[in-house]
Amino acid sequence: MSTQNIEVREEVDEIIEKNGYDDHFHDHHASDKYKSSFVGKYIFSLDHKMISRQFLITGIVWAIIGAAFSVIFRLQLGFPEADMAWLKPLLGKWIVLNDAGIGSISQDFYYALVTMHGTILIFFVLTAGLSGTYSNFLIPLQVGARDMASPLLNMLSYWFFFLAGLVMLYSLFLSTGPFSGGWTAYPPLSALPQASSGSKGGMNLWIISMTLFIVSQLLGGINYVTTILNLRTKGMSMWKMPLTIWSFLVTAILGILTFPVLFAGVLLLLFDRSMGTSFYLSEIFIQGAALENVGGSPILYQHLFWFLGHPEVYIVILPAMGIVSEIMSVNSRKPIFGYRAMAYSLMAIAFLSLLVWAHHMFTSGMNPFITNFFVLFTLIIAMPSSIKTFNWLTTLFRGNLRLNSAMLYCIGFVSFFISGGLTGIWVGSSTLDIPLHDTYFVVAHFHLVMGVAAFFGMFAGLSYWYPKMFGRYMNETVLKVHFWITLIGAYCIFWPQHYLGLAGVPRRYYRFDSFNSFTGWEGVNEFITISAIVVFFTQLLWVFNFFYSMWRGKKVTERNPWHSNSIEWTTPIIPPHGNWPGKLPKVERWPYDYGKDGKDYITQITPYAEGEEVIAH
Amino acid sequence: MTTLVILGCILLVGLVIFQIARINEMIKRIKGEEEAVQQSNDNTALSVLLFGIVFLALALYTSYHYKDRMFGYGPMVSASKHGVWIDHSMHIMLVITGIVFVLTHILLFYFVWKYRYKKNRLGWYYPHNNKLEAVWTITPFIVLAYLAINGLVVWNKMMEDVKPGEDHIEIEVTGMQFAWLLRYPGMDGKLGTKNYKLISGTNDLGQDWNDPKNWDDFKPDEIVLPKGKKIRVRINSRDVLHSFFLPHFRVKMDAVPGMPTYFIFTPTMTTDEFRNNLKKYPEWNVPADPSDPESKMKWETFDFELACAELCGNSHFAMRRAVRIVTPEQYDEWVKSQKSYYLANIRGKAEDPNQGKTIKINGVENSGAPAEKPAEGDAGVKADSTKAE
Repeated sequence: MSTQNIEVREEVDEIIEKNGYDDHFHDHHASDKYKSSFVGKYIFSLDHKMISRQFLITGIVWAIIGAAFSVIFRLQLGFPEADMAWLKPLLGKWIVLNDAGIGSISQDFYYALVTMHGTILIFFVLTAGLSGTYSNFLIPLQVGARDMASPLLNMLSYWFFFLAGLVMLYSLFLSTGPFSGGWTAYPPLSALPQASSGSKGGMNLWIISMTLFIVSQLLGGINYVTTILNLRTKGMSMWKMPLTIWSFLVTAILGILTFPVLFAGVLLLLFDRSMGTSFYLSEIFIQGAALENVGGSPILYQHLFWFLGHPEVYIVILPAMGIVSEIMSVNSRKPIFGYRAMAYSLMAIAFLSLLVWAHHMFTSGMNPFITNFFVLFTLIIAMPSSIKTFNWLTTLFRGNLRLNSAMLYCIGFVSFFISGGLTGIWVGSSTLDIPLHDTYFVVAHFHLVMGVAAFFGMFAGLSYWYPKMFGRYMNETVLKVHFWITLIGAYCIFWPQHYLGLAGVPRRYYRFDSFNSFTGWEGVNEFITISAIVVFFTQLLWVFNFFYSMWRGKKVTERNPWHSNSIEWTTPIIPPHGNWPGKLPKVERWPYDYGKDGKDYITQITPYAEGEEVIAH
Repeated sequence: MTTLVILGCILLVGLVIFQIARINEMIKRIKGEEEAVQQSNDNTALSVLLFGIVFLALALYTSYHYKDRMFGYGPMVSASKHGVWIDHSMHIMLVITGIVFVLTHILLFYFVWKYRYKKNRLGWYYPHNNKLEAVWTITPFIVLAYLAINGLVVWNKMMEDVKPGEDHIEIEVTGMQFAWLLRYPGMDGKLGTKNYKLISGTNDLGQDWNDPKNWDDFKPDEIVLPKGKKIRVRINSRDVLHSFFLPHFRVKMDAVPGMPTYFIFTPTMTTDEFRNNLKKYPEWNVPADPSDPESKMKWETFDFELACAELCGNSHFAMRRAVRIVTPEQYDEWVKSQKSYYLANIRGKAEDPNQGKTIKINGVENSGAPAEKPAEGDAGVKADSTKAE
């Protein structure tokens, strides 16, 4: 086994030496300065691999915060009568004590938690944490580039993200609390400081944080697109790129097109808040005073917000789709089925996602005639989505499945994507949206399809590329324990929420006992909360595994541990600055030649053998 | 203290799992990597298959178990005309997506088990098949086209506004933090004009008292509507977004400040008829107050409810109004018993622009003599709910 590895390693090096492309990268020693000091190497790093790890670790920190918030508000929902006084030392005045000394979570704080949970998870974890980590890490390694097109912008992208996080973190400590009007920040609630305590200073910081975040996303996105289009190595034509790269490209383009619209939306919101404009405000009487603002429309904000907000959920899920396609193919020892269809369906989903934003607004008071178009476009998205699902299933068909943790997460991803995707057809239909809008059905739908599914994509990627990132393996048994508890736990949390929603129970309710119609679910809510707590602590186990394995994990001894075709596995076990020590590899074929001509795998840099059939995939 | 103990226990469990996992990895290494991998691979494949079976079984079982609480099933029939159409669409959707859900999951879990790793076997080199891909592009297209058309036909039918001259009742609801204000048009059938700048402690909707249409408008504290009549609800908001949600009638529409919206529906069951339907189900034949076996049965205490479905601030969860559907005769009686808000609370006071003048309300002369005692139903909104002072 081990002698064979050395052979493989030498063969790879020989091929690169023989066919590779010499860009004279190592003739210039300018790159040495990047690793010269601690600050240059670990903090203001210009190396894409380090920046990727910065995104990842920041994302993990935010994920823990965001998930902890959800546990606290789930405690309120599952055990509304329980004594929360024990949280008083940590949360101070947000825990309200009654005369008997029984503590409960204040209403304002409950809504602040819900809002921050959404904002943090969607933007900081599943956008920055997911795209930031994998696009940065994999784009140069998989297209065969020395680094990103602009390492400086790349570094700035991370630091703008970091600043955005810092501002949001600061807002948690304001005396009036962080913003508490939902992650969508609909005005007038978000525009009027009188309307809620979270709409005071917390909202200003929310807007500033979002602005910094948008800058970060644009800097990152431009870099990803430029790198993919311009810095592919010799022979790496577009149709030879792994699907991960396709998904990062499409995601980045989508982000560049839509994030500026969110910026426009929140900028006008800032004007309304601070300069007396009336973009979103009209005929409002609040706190005993009639405001002067007339002529604005809150619906305008919803249009602007969802023009980003909807593509945003695809920005979250598309990279996960790419990761899953790649890992699933490698571990099935079988080419991904319908490579071009997979790439085209990514593009189709991204394109259609720009045309469906108003399906979040069927009950907003928007003209019901326009709804017809948005329903049609929305349901069309189900077509590329079903192509992807069936292609994944066919990829498994007659494969030779290695069920390691990475592969298990992929299988979990497909299951969540199916479960959550099908309910998307429900809520995408305006007719059914009338009873289901803003109920737990919607909560169940989007958590499964873009929350848990995207997380599983992320987990799959980390199981799979951890050896490349850190030169060690994570503990596989812990990963499998984590997989099973999270898979079962996530279904325990979100599956029953479908029933709540179908019975009309609205989301974002602090208690349900004001209404007879929404009571009778106490047992189910307790069950959901307990599942959420179990899943939360299981995530901490994963985090511990992640950091522990960085120093104590089993060392990687072979260069290509998964016997993968893509070129990131032709670099040394720990890739140096510039990724390849000598020449850049030349790419000869697509990345999915598994099981071809009796060979288990044929790497991308292996030239076609004489007489070998070149299949136009 | 208990908290610390619990956290300590959780930490211990985590450590135990981690240690077992480490030992497990070591055993693998001792046993010989390849054999251990094969063994664990077989176990995992079997686990996935078992998970799949249990998962699908539980999904089907729990759906059945909670069936009677779902829209359109059991006692939760729709109490409005268009709601029945919605429930029907939902039923079609459930059947179609349910079949797809079960079939794709069976394939997923079965494939994982069936094609688990075996030594010396290669994956099948099968990069693409255009025919197959065409099949699963066109089939979903047909199904989705059906679902889309089916849904949109219902949508356009139920969203149709009332035609001029069509018989209907128009009422108005206005959302505010954190209550719903109700207004009925009175005998003239027309709601008077209002202006948000006129809102004050005694005039929480900002009605313009110069407008004769306002003089007979009344403001009850529950929604009462007749069965079988088309209702057009004019939906307003005074401050932030709210959403007018009547779960039993499948009605939901946002209340937007500065832009009145509307929803049209026809109630098809009175509150009593709905209660009598609930009576057929054992879960509704229990005392409403579990601690008091003498209390009324659950079905007897049932009421239709109006809720807010758009986050509107820290008491969003408590914006309730009761909704009562009665027969047309009872409705007419109820309307007659309601007292105009203007006559009861404004007429003859300082705010009244017609002070001292004799005016005609629906043909009846009113000299402006001191108002009679306000009727009960007029207490609709407490004056302190607006802080206009």
